[in-house]
Amino acid sequence: MSIRITQNNCVGCGRCIEACPGNLIKKDAQGKAVIKHISDCWGCTSCLKECKTGAISFYLGADMGGAGSTLSVKSKGDIREWCVTSPDGSVQVIEVNKKDANKY
Amino acid sequence: MKKKELSTDVLIIGGGTAGCFAAMTLGKEKNISVLIAEKANIRRSGCLAAGVNAINAYITEGRVPQDYVDYAKKDADGIVREDLLLSMSERLNHVTDVMEKAGLVILKDENGKYVTRGNRNIKINGENIKPILAEAASAQENVTVLNHVNITDYIVKDNRIYGAYGFDVNEEIFYVIHAKAVICATGGAAGLYRPNNPGFSRHKMWYPPFNTGAGYAMGITAGAEMTTFEMRFIALRCKDTIAPTGTIAQGVSAKQMNSNGEIYETKYGLTTSQRVYGTVMENRAGHGPCYLKTDEITKEQEQDLYKAYLNMAPSQTLKWLESGKGPSEQNVEIEGTEPYIVGGHTASGYWVDNNRETTIHGLFAAGDVAGGCPQKYVTGALAEGEIAAEAVLGFLKDEKQTAAKDVDSEAKQNEKQAEYEHFLNNPQGLLTTEQLEETMQKIMDQYAGGIATDYRYNESRLALAKEKITSLQKLVDGLAAEDMDDLLRIYEVKERLVVCQVVIAHLLARKETRWHSFAENADYPEKNADWEKYVNSRMKDGKIEIIFRELVTGGKHYEHTNYTK
Repeated sequence: MSIRITQNNCVGCGRCIEACPGNLIKKDAQGKAVIKHISDCWGCTSCLKECKTGAISFYLGADMGGAGSTLSVKSKGDIREWCVTSPDGSVQVIEVNKKDANKY
Repeated sequence: MKKKELSTDVLIIGGGTAGCFAAMTLGKEKNISVLIAEKANIRRSGCLAAGVNAINAYITEGRVPQDYVDYAKKDADGIVREDLLLSMSERLNHVTDVMEKAGLVILKDENGKYVTRGNRNIKINGENIKPILAEAASAQENVTVLNHVNITDYIVKDNRIYGAYGFDVNEEIFYVIHAKAVICATGGAAGLYRPNNPGFSRHKMWYPPFNTGAGYAMGITAGAEMTTFEMRFIALRCKDTIAPTGTIAQGVSAKQMNSNGEIYETKYGLTTSQRVYGTVMENRAGHGPCYLKTDEITKEQEQDLYKAYLNMAPSQTLKWLESGKGPSEQNVEIEGTEPYIVGGHTASGYWVDNNRETTIHGLFAAGDVAGGCPQKYVTGALAEGEIAAEAVLGFLKDEKQTAAKDVDSEAKQNEKQAEYEHFLNNPQGLLTTEQLEETMQKIMDQYAGGIATDYRYNESRLALAKEKITSLQKLVDGLAAEDMDDLLRIYEVKERLVVCQVVIAHLLARKETRWHSFAENADYPEKNADWEKYVNSRMKDGKIEIIFRELVTGGKHYEHTNYTK
């Protein structure tokens, strides 16, 4: 389990660096975000939620049953749109309203 | 390395749950300067990074704080500080109120009352609880936040604190911070034992892998008294994702079931440790794997679970969706985690008085780093942050202040700076920080009651654990750091090794099995009334001394005496 940062989409804003509770994300020589130790990620997804350009996605390692799908998120006002993209390109979307409390 | 000297009235080490709330509380006294030193960034640091979906410590309608004390006491089979539990419980609802005013969404019924989950829980949307806390703390005009600074040592003289030393985790800067009072809120310790997923996903653990026991280690090294490190915490979690099980167990009433389809949870008891132990025993009897029986839930409940997990443990939702089988079609496999040392769930931590002052004068502890007061969860940590902050205000008024500058010397500072620099100057040898960390986890796993031995240990194994951890400690000095990030990792493993030593000493000291799995002593497999006392410890001249203390119970309050100060 870790994150993947797509360098082409990164604008170097540094929001993910601020969000990481493990101080794992740094800027490279081009000013783009990189994760130095990929296996040190806790999987909190804070960086995904902060990223405005959708440059960061999350995935499960094979040791957790991962098979190549990724999780990404877009914010639209109070709605967070979580997307699971399969290796075949199909997408499942779950919307979570920030104002809704958990029912369980 | 450049040196930076700072001076503040109050230094808060660690800007997580307790630290941020302490800062918010101190924000009411504008003439007092407050500095938070945080090794990451307070926005999402600590336990609340991914969010939480319930407040698990709340006094619901018709109940009183003493009920919560009784519950926690029963769950820990008597080894708690009732004075601490009560002072915490009395504030649970107040701190919840503060959080709601700061923007936390809490589920309410049609009459505007909080919707409860069981007797002690209320339902929230806590995905953004940490940013809410961090913003409220940063908004105080007398609070300064120093992100990306890792504190490694207290400045202590004659058992009185004067500040701390640390370093910037990105740039080559040595920090000397002088303070009149210090609140330690660094959290508990993860990563001592070999984790469930030791490979690529090694950090997919229950507790933040970044909580490395720094506060414990600093206190231990400075001679502070610690309590109940033998009451380890082991969480019962969803297999692989190590996601919470409570949401399923309580939310959709899923029961613990073995592979034969038998519901086993009532067979072993319902305390936190018994739930773990039951699962261990079923596996050992050949009845594994164990599950939470979810295959009777509706599709609607399943959708709600997907959302609930996205707000606190997104790996679990991804796993369900990626596998193409949700919990309504497939029971959720469960497993026990590796053991952690964490004062917010069990009772390990600093030995404190009711003000949360430690045995080092002027040093206060709040949240997971403070001992004696289990089942704190989020609100309990907030409450302790507030209690410690209020006590600090009293301390600053009453206490004659000696200037830190008169205590801390240039020579001591140079010595600490040289210690940091020697790692940066060391040539890279054969042994790496990562190797030492993995070896420590292997030793603790096999010799100090980790997953490998079903959490059981005996004196022979513990003696080997002690010997092997001591040998590892001797290797730390030879580690090399290419940059400040590497230096942080060296200090994290160094801290963990100190905590391991104290855990081993405490496991050896309590010669009984009071809590199954949490402290499963194979030499003494039964509970014994002679052990209705605290096992405490203190480091003196590099050696750990065990101290036994009588229980603080029945409305009594513990106070530090001259002996403990």
